[in-house]
Amino acid sequence: MEFYKESTYNEINVLKKLQKFLPFQAPLKDFVFQNILLSFQDQEFHEALRKASSIFGYKNYLKLEEFRAFQKNGVISNEVLEKIIVSKYGEEQLVFWLDKILHKEYKGKINSRIGVVRDHWKEHFKIDLDSLVHPILFRIICSYLDQGISIWNFPAGNNGFLSSLRELEKNSLTSFFKNDRAKKLLIEDKCSLSELLEILVGNEKNYEHYLFDQQFAHPGWSGMVAFIEMNPDSLLDKKKITLSELIQFELLLEIDALDSYFTDIWSPLCHKIKLEFEGVFDPVPENEYFEVLSVLQEAYEWTYYDNVLSGLLKSSNIEKITEKSFQVAFCIDDRECSLRRYIEQVDSNSETFGTPGHFNVEFYFQPEHSNFYTKVCPAPITPKFLIKEYEKSTKVKKDFHFSNRANGLVLGWIYTHTLGFWSVFKLFASIFKPSKTASFVTSSKHMDPTSILTIDSVGEVSESGLKIGFTLEEMVLRVSNLFQSIGLTENFASTMYFIGHGSSSANNPFYATMDCGACSCRPGSVNARVISFMANKPEVRAELKKIGIHIPDSTQFIGGLHDTARDQILFYDEGILSKENLIKHNENKLVFLHALQLNSKERSRRFMSINTKDSAERIHKKILTRTVSLFEPRPELDHATASLCIVGKRNLTKNIFLDRRAFLNSYDYSIDPDGKMLLPILNAATPVCGGINLNYYFSKVDNQNLGAGTKLPHNVMGLFGVSNGIDGDLRPGLPIQMVELHDPVRLLMIVEHFPDVVLKVIQENITTYEWYENKWINLIVVHPENKTLFFFDKGRFSPYSPTDMRINSIDNVNTLVESTHLNLPVYLLNNN
Amino acid sequence: MEYIIHFFILIPLVGFLFSLLLNKRNEKLISGVSFVTIGVHFIFSLFFVSIWLIYGMKQIDFKEFSIFRSGNYDFYIDIHFDVITMTFLIVGSLLTFLVSGFSRFYLHREHGYKRFFTTLLFFFIGYNIIIFSGNLETMFLGWEILGISSFLLIAFYRERYLPVKNAVKVFSIYRIGDVGLILAMWLSHHFWQANISFKQMADYQSFNEHLSQHSLIGIIISLLIYMSAAAKSAQLPFSSWLPRAMEGPTPSSAIFYGSLSVHIGAFVMMRTFPFWEHQTSFRIFVIIIGILTSIFAILTSRVQSSIKSQIAYSSMAQIGLIFIEIALGFQEVALIHIAGNAFLRTYQLLVSPSVISYKIREQFYNFVPHQKTIEDSWPKRFEYTIYMLSLKEWNIDSIMYTRFWNPLKRFGNKLNFLTFKNVFIFFFIFMGIGFSLLFNDTLISKELLVYIPTFFAFIGLVSVIKAFTERNSVRLSWSLVIINHFFVALAISFNAHFDYSHILLYLSGVVVSGIVGFLCIQRLRGLEKWVSLDKFYGHSYEHPKITTVFFMACLGLSAFPITPTFIGIDLIFSHIHEEQVLLAFFVALSFILNGLAVIRIYARIFLGPHVKKYHSIAKRSF
Repeated sequence: MEFYKESTYNEINVLKKLQKFLPFQAPLKDFVFQNILLSFQDQEFHEALRKASSIFGYKNYLKLEEFRAFQKNGVISNEVLEKIIVSKYGEEQLVFWLDKILHKEYKGKINSRIGVVRDHWKEHFKIDLDSLVHPILFRIICSYLDQGISIWNFPAGNNGFLSSLRELEKNSLTSFFKNDRAKKLLIEDKCSLSELLEILVGNEKNYEHYLFDQQFAHPGWSGMVAFIEMNPDSLLDKKKITLSELIQFELLLEIDALDSYFTDIWSPLCHKIKLEFEGVFDPVPENEYFEVLSVLQEAYEWTYYDNVLSGLLKSSNIEKITEKSFQVAFCIDDRECSLRRYIEQVDSNSETFGTPGHFNVEFYFQPEHSNFYTKVCPAPITPKFLIKEYEKSTKVKKDFHFSNRANGLVLGWIYTHTLGFWSVFKLFASIFKPSKTASFVTSSKHMDPTSILTIDSVGEVSESGLKIGFTLEEMVLRVSNLFQSIGLTENFASTMYFIGHGSSSANNPFYATMDCGACSCRPGSVNARVISFMANKPEVRAELKKIGIHIPDSTQFIGGLHDTARDQILFYDEGILSKENLIKHNENKLVFLHALQLNSKERSRRFMSINTKDSAERIHKKILTRTVSLFEPRPELDHATASLCIVGKRNLTKNIFLDRRAFLNSYDYSIDPDGKMLLPILNAATPVCGGINLNYYFSKVDNQNLGAGTKLPHNVMGLFGVSNGIDGDLRPGLPIQMVELHDPVRLLMIVEHFPDVVLKVIQENITTYEWYENKWINLIVVHPENKTLFFFDKGRFSPYSPTDMRINSIDNVNTLVESTHLNLPVYLLNNN
Repeated sequence: MEYIIHFFILIPLVGFLFSLLLNKRNEKLISGVSFVTIGVHFIFSLFFVSIWLIYGMKQIDFKEFSIFRSGNYDFYIDIHFDVITMTFLIVGSLLTFLVSGFSRFYLHREHGYKRFFTTLLFFFIGYNIIIFSGNLETMFLGWEILGISSFLLIAFYRERYLPVKNAVKVFSIYRIGDVGLILAMWLSHHFWQANISFKQMADYQSFNEHLSQHSLIGIIISLLIYMSAAAKSAQLPFSSWLPRAMEGPTPSSAIFYGSLSVHIGAFVMMRTFPFWEHQTSFRIFVIIIGILTSIFAILTSRVQSSIKSQIAYSSMAQIGLIFIEIALGFQEVALIHIAGNAFLRTYQLLVSPSVISYKIREQFYNFVPHQKTIEDSWPKRFEYTIYMLSLKEWNIDSIMYTRFWNPLKRFGNKLNFLTFKNVFIFFFIFMGIGFSLLFNDTLISKELLVYIPTFFAFIGLVSVIKAFTERNSVRLSWSLVIINHFFVALAISFNAHFDYSHILLYLSGVVVSGIVGFLCIQRLRGLEKWVSLDKFYGHSYEHPKITTVFFMACLGLSAFPITPTFIGIDLIFSHIHEEQVLLAFFVALSFILNGLAVIRIYARIFLGPHVKKYHSIAKRSF
């Protein structure tokens, strides 16, 4: 038997660790919202933040001065702050800690571990490896991965990054390297990680640290490569690449740079420097500064939470609607929160629901003329179904400004002389009279409204392993689960709408972030049409009747798409409506229109270019212009400020003003005593809402490193990412324009049910439980019978009551939204 | 007509001065002022041009006023208007107007909103001065303004590493262009024995005799002008800066590097065309470089995988063609080409963020994997070689480094014995020698005397090289820049017909700015424990006021047109004799380097990632 040499360095382990900690960087066309510190989620929130800070140098909280300013102007309540200190350190320590928290000076400087080892090249040998290696490294990877910007593509095949490079180097009169050694190592395939690290670093003990230093000097590119390695399908033009290959090539470039720099033979870094370095993941000592920040963060959060909870407790019960005019189900998305309020306000006999926007139908969608499938359900689900589109009637607009020919030499000469002059007119129009151009992206184009979808199963036909369409049983299962989950099993109105959502914007590389999170950041239009079709099917209804869901024959379902940027709703298949329902539908449309206008008025309070005091109708027109304007970096504000998720009956929230900050999931505990329906709801809502919330949280608190910075100088790289300038690293996260209004508080999940049932439900799925156990989401349960509150902490529920129950009420939302562009507290709405 | 032309420069100037006074939080007013100013300018241009066209398009040329006169030296402002100016006026005014309208909303809530619009107006002043300039001196005035506003807009995101680094890089190339103009002014001053205007230059008859006697000087003047033009228009070998300038907000990249700034080189060539029209060899030279630039740029453009660099290189290829058109004498063709290229690239850059959604949508429906291009039919070895060279941008950037900057750095490092404490000892020793020689020039032989100015200019050059390569002491570097000016002054003092008042004029700005800068450094050293030149410190984050004052001092010390030193530089050159080529070379090199050293000090101390890490700071690679 062979004895292994005892080694401190394990290559596979290090690569795995890098994969885990590098930013999660999907190509921009399919942005995925995720907790940016997902790799730390197995630890308690504050502990994880402290560690991430000390290891990677992230700023994980607001600045201390910001918190202290909040305390001064009441955004952080003193009572809440004191309560938290007392519960943490005891009554006798209150004064002591208060003084530290509010007055003690902290330097606040974080010396991160990342970079410590590799920095010695610069400190001791005055060689700046980054500036020698990064530009050429980024350019080569980008050209290799490029999805269609370059006109002349990477010529040397697609057999893996290193072998393509080898092919280039072998058959070329020039080289990416300046010296022979690195070139030889590559061509002769003597470039395994350990071989290269031995040349560069020398001491095995420091290999891991060195690689972390190196890769976290450009987390964007490394994160993108790591993501593509794991998800090769995320690129339309597939590319073979691994993180290891990127590192190997980078090490080769470093060796080459050092060969040029030192005229003599040089020895590895750690032979020259006799220093003991901390391991990257060695224990991180506790630190009073982080303690202070964590207390302030809690106080900041609970001041807000208490306000919300008081609202929930004080809101009055609502009389049951006797004659329902129509029903409508929206996505749980926070942007639908206000629209639902307005619909109920305009037509008090209407009833609204919230449920994840894929409407419990999961499939891939294939538009006509396309070779690709698009997943339209939550990201963790892998669907087995395919829906195809036929008889499309619209065509894609072309624009020569994006044509490769305009960038050629001879054709470019012709283009500049002819269409060049046309551009100035287009530019003029885009400023003084913005209209739809090829730069405009809209969710309504996702599917042609009049096309035919293959929803009914056509037998055992499959394509790429996917079943085309759903069988009757499969439909019944999905429809019944959906209705039971939102608590709608009786009293159907004569028309019910399923409204998915998507968005529109112009000149926006982050367009994918604004569509429906429950549809993998695609518009929910196909899902809305599919679920309506299923629920309209008489055979499905017959089966539903057997399990106690009675849908009257006169009831019809209609799908639709809410454009959250333009505040427009597009309805599908209106032709199926019966005469009576069509009349009602036309009336309902007016209700929708009015509600949408009011909704755009409420949204406009955040937009400087629009005067919120204008009439709703005029504001709506301006909002439409805003979405087609090339110069508008904020077509809508997406999920900014989202910080609540409320799972329960509409009664709980109907009479309170939540300022578009809540994901609302309809759920009726009374028909689900043992929480069977609650389980899938929490399994879906927890990662989706928590992911969105924490993506915003970290993009906001450290916008320079965890966010994408300002989007104004962004340069599109290879069609999958953005960077600043041409030599920059890819920027992960969200740009400042999307997060500037966000208050970085953790999501508060509020569930209406009995605490013991909820406890059982969350414990059932370990990944869901981790979110709550480690406090990445705070969880409150509202007891449905006596409306008392329970807070989930340290694995169990204990009673909770807000410190301050004062809450204001208002008669008119319109005057409230006209009053300020800042975040608003919770208000009780008086019903007149 | 003449009287009206003033308004083209006055309007943006008034707008600029007014916008300096505005509160930086008042976005509406700040962008409103710019928008209205440039809008009025545009409408005014339309009126003016229509009237000018109706009344027969007569060339306008007049001497405005003299800024400084002494003997046959006359630094005067001269205004010129013809069809070239007209084209640049309409294109420039229209595009700046549109871009300012675009930016009003685009830059909403951006830190530096005011900085952006005031810089835009400042740029617009410089642009107008250049296109209306009637002589090299006036053009040089606008030239400097354009250079500084470019620097400010590239380093707009001054808290990040790459914008600052690239701004310094672009500034260094622009500075080479500046020297081309200065030397051209120097030579033409000797050539005509007076400061002359472009119109006089164009007057072929008057200098035809001259030219036959001094054909070499004529060619050199043309080459120097070409050097300036090539630097500004990113022709070979100065090309690599253009894509790297795309660091500011997209609209500023669009207007500067997509359209206006980058075509200024072409303007200079057209403006001086009558002068070099008869130099066939020079015209052939311009055509060859134009062809090379076009080929280089188009190949490089084809392999770019980032949208802005692709547009930049495509634009560069067209500018190469424009230079060819100018050299062939097709003025009108070139003018139309310039307008078309400027419009096209501005729009392409402004909509460049849309390229993801547009192309992904296109691919989603019409995906063709591994599209073949013409290059795939080439022999493999040839294809790979050209591809790799294009990806490396044909090593243009690294050649600049290894051939020019690195030797300078190595030389500078040899002077490490200099410290802030001992530098003044050396200074006084050399100055002492200099002065004793100056006042006792009868003691030395005539033959030796010829070399003395060159010797002191060399000492000046050495000191500024050290200033430029100093890694530690800010005070040493700053002092050496001042010392450089003194040695240049001393060197020139040995030349005949020398006038003390000229030296005084030259040094006045240097001394004042030097002292102000010094005070700023001292103040900062008092506030911060440690300031040096080994990396970027980013102190503008905490000390914006010191930053502004120090920046003004930097401008003064690098002979920017805010102190008399600006004229002084030109004046100093006029005292260098035609045959003192080495002296002129040393002084010119000093001039390049002292500007760079000063900007480097400014960038290192005040710009870049903030050294105190208590707030969110972007990684260096971002």
